[in-house]
Amino acid sequence: MNKQALEQITTDFNCRLALCRDRVLVCAGTGCVANGSLKIYEKFRRIMAEWGLSFDLELKQDPAEHLLSASGCQGFCQMSPLVTIQPANILYVKVQEEDVAEIVNRTLLKGEIVERLLYQAAEGPARNGEGIPFYQLQQRRSLALCGVIDPLDLNEYIAAGGYEQARRAFAELRPEEICEIMERSGLRGRGGGGFPTGRKWRMAAQQPGEIKYVICNGDEGDPGAFMDSCVMEGTPHAVLEGMMIAAAAIGANHGVIYVRTEYPLAVSRLGKAIRDARAQGVLGENLFGTGKDFDIEIMEGAGAFVCGEETALIASVEGKRGMPMPKPPYPAQSGLFGKPTIINNVETLATVPLVLRLGPEEYARVGTAGSKGTKTFSLTGHVANTGLIEVPFGATLRQIVAEIGGGVINDDGSNAGDRFKAVQIGGPSGGCLTREMLDMPLDYENLKSVGAMVGSGGLVVMNQQTCMVQIARFFMQFTQNESCGKCVVCREGTRQMLALLDDIIEGRADRATIPLLEELAHAVTMGSLCGLGKTAPNPVLSTLKYFREEYEAHVQDKRCPAGRCQALLNYAIDPELCKRCGLCARKCPAAAISGDKEHGYAIDQSSCIKCNACLDSCKFNAVGKN
Amino acid sequence: MENSKFDAVCAILDAYRHDPNKLIPILREIQDQYGYLPEDLMIFVSTALGVSPASVYGVATFFSHFTLEPKGRHIVKVCDGTACHVRRSEEIARALRQELGLQDGRDTTGDMMFTLETVACLGACSLAPAVVADGVVHGSMTPSAVRALIADIRNKEEAESHE
Repeated sequence: MNKQALEQITTDFNCRLALCRDRVLVCAGTGCVANGSLKIYEKFRRIMAEWGLSFDLELKQDPAEHLLSASGCQGFCQMSPLVTIQPANILYVKVQEEDVAEIVNRTLLKGEIVERLLYQAAEGPARNGEGIPFYQLQQRRSLALCGVIDPLDLNEYIAAGGYEQARRAFAELRPEEICEIMERSGLRGRGGGGFPTGRKWRMAAQQPGEIKYVICNGDEGDPGAFMDSCVMEGTPHAVLEGMMIAAAAIGANHGVIYVRTEYPLAVSRLGKAIRDARAQGVLGENLFGTGKDFDIEIMEGAGAFVCGEETALIASVEGKRGMPMPKPPYPAQSGLFGKPTIINNVETLATVPLVLRLGPEEYARVGTAGSKGTKTFSLTGHVANTGLIEVPFGATLRQIVAEIGGGVINDDGSNAGDRFKAVQIGGPSGGCLTREMLDMPLDYENLKSVGAMVGSGGLVVMNQQTCMVQIARFFMQFTQNESCGKCVVCREGTRQMLALLDDIIEGRADRATIPLLEELAHAVTMGSLCGLGKTAPNPVLSTLKYFREEYEAHVQDKRCPAGRCQALLNYAIDPELCKRCGLCARKCPAAAISGDKEHGYAIDQSSCIKCNACLDSCKFNAVGKN
Repeated sequence: MENSKFDAVCAILDAYRHDPNKLIPILREIQDQYGYLPEDLMIFVSTALGVSPASVYGVATFFSHFTLEPKGRHIVKVCDGTACHVRRSEEIARALRQELGLQDGRDTTGDMMFTLETVACLGACSLAPAVVADGVVHGSMTPSAVRALIADIRNKEEAESHE
């Protein structure tokens, strides 16, 4: 494989694609698949076959008129399943099986647009992303190819400029040049810590020794984040190319992709990408005629959040319990099997080819002073448009939530207007951003200054109906479960913090509870070895800082302002609405409801177990809770 | 025929060339094959790899993917990631426990038909709250929708048993 061969593949692919009259791209990201996109793909295939259309499922030497492909995540999960028609560039949303015949008939055969399947923007139907606010405000750089190409087609990746930067890295650039480009680009780790990528590589490059490793960290354990899975599924070759460039920079000849066990689709797509790349000669031995070798294997995790931490991940690749080790030595000095190892996050590695292609200055043109480039986020929670997004560092929360996300919604899905409460960012290590921070430019430094972090990029929007104590408890439960047990303060401290939060939620807390919680939080931060323990109290500290009055309402008034804490609720029957049918009394497992047809029914608060059975059973909405 | 139980393990160990560094993938494959990690197989693996039974047991109990007990025929996972949580996944989990009659912290039904698991995040956050039944993701779940889902699986089982 050399430059000419890559160019040949590019020319061939583009010529063939130009011969196709059109191309149907059905989104096969996780969200769309769950909403039935694979059935839609099958339906296209069946209808095109039944109608005798000339079509291909992969681009062949003599291409058919129509090309049917499955793409990676196209981003707008809220509107899934998505179907894009090229080259007309039409985006159909919420496509159902029964719509397929119409799309084939009208769009493919007659060149018309099926207007009812377009996204209905405020100004009217939008033909494609250019008319949809969700896409308009994004800058898709790392995700530029995600959802646009067939992730399983190596030739298409090459035709989009793929593997050219890996070739340059091996054949034209010196290792120190690559490290320098990375340093000048300002690229920082997208997995959480934000460590400068170039500096990490340089440290490993300077280590002596023949054997070095590159590990791609795809153990995206942060609950509420799915960007890395989209990148691995949507552009697996970009991840491989990033690893190759890293290998060229440090002189590694072996790579491992560590993928979380919950992502079987990512495993299978990366597996195919590796096999294809080897067969094509872009991965394996004597790369680009340089005599250098680099190969990659996949390791599936087995379910442990702490393995997202570098040293714990290394331990588990070595077949041991995933427990962190003290640093230094850093993995760049002594990592996998004691050899110099660099570990980069999926998104970081998938961005590396882009940095080389654009050049460091062009890449760094976007972003803020200390945080260059763009960042992907998974936008979820109480927001109208959930999905995978990518924005430049420096974008504000208001832009993301109100404009891209289309605003906050209530629990029942209706527009919540101004009822934004907070955004949780950075998962179990992160914190909350409040209304006051809506206009703060998001980057590594600003987030850190308010007690949050970029983390891997999960953005969970919360409305006024969310109880912040419950959110803190949710994360504490998570870290308590995932604490590996090595450091006592983390193992026992998180358990005690959880118990204190339970006291608050269940009405047992007193004036000493909150100060004790804070004291314990600082102890856990100080006494833990790894990132998991050090940051475990963050969700508690952050909610305490910004929503202290909500904690105090639980403790002092035994009241949950959001009405979510069951134990603090009082159930009551509204005599006006009650039809005296007695159903609630029969359903009550604690026999706390007494009364009869004549006098009506009432709930005895002392024996009520707050199970919700009365409220669920009442057909007249006469049971209320507050 | 007693030996046949170990044949599959031997094949797996051979495929990984008895490399102790590959303990996790080896255990994964054994679990895929047998449904769980029986104690005698873990001891067998430890002898074959030349590591202590304690190390194998340590790894098997460290990672949540591994189970030392047989699971039900149908695995239902409730996602309790942040996005699902704020969209009230706990109500989904409660409805499932009730529907399956699971009490006292048990996760598998007495007839070995269902195992209920809670997972931290499935990556299907835009479909919150999500449930995975036998590998198929179901999004935007409600308590009544999960009850229907269980009823559906039960009906299919019943139809099969009548065949």
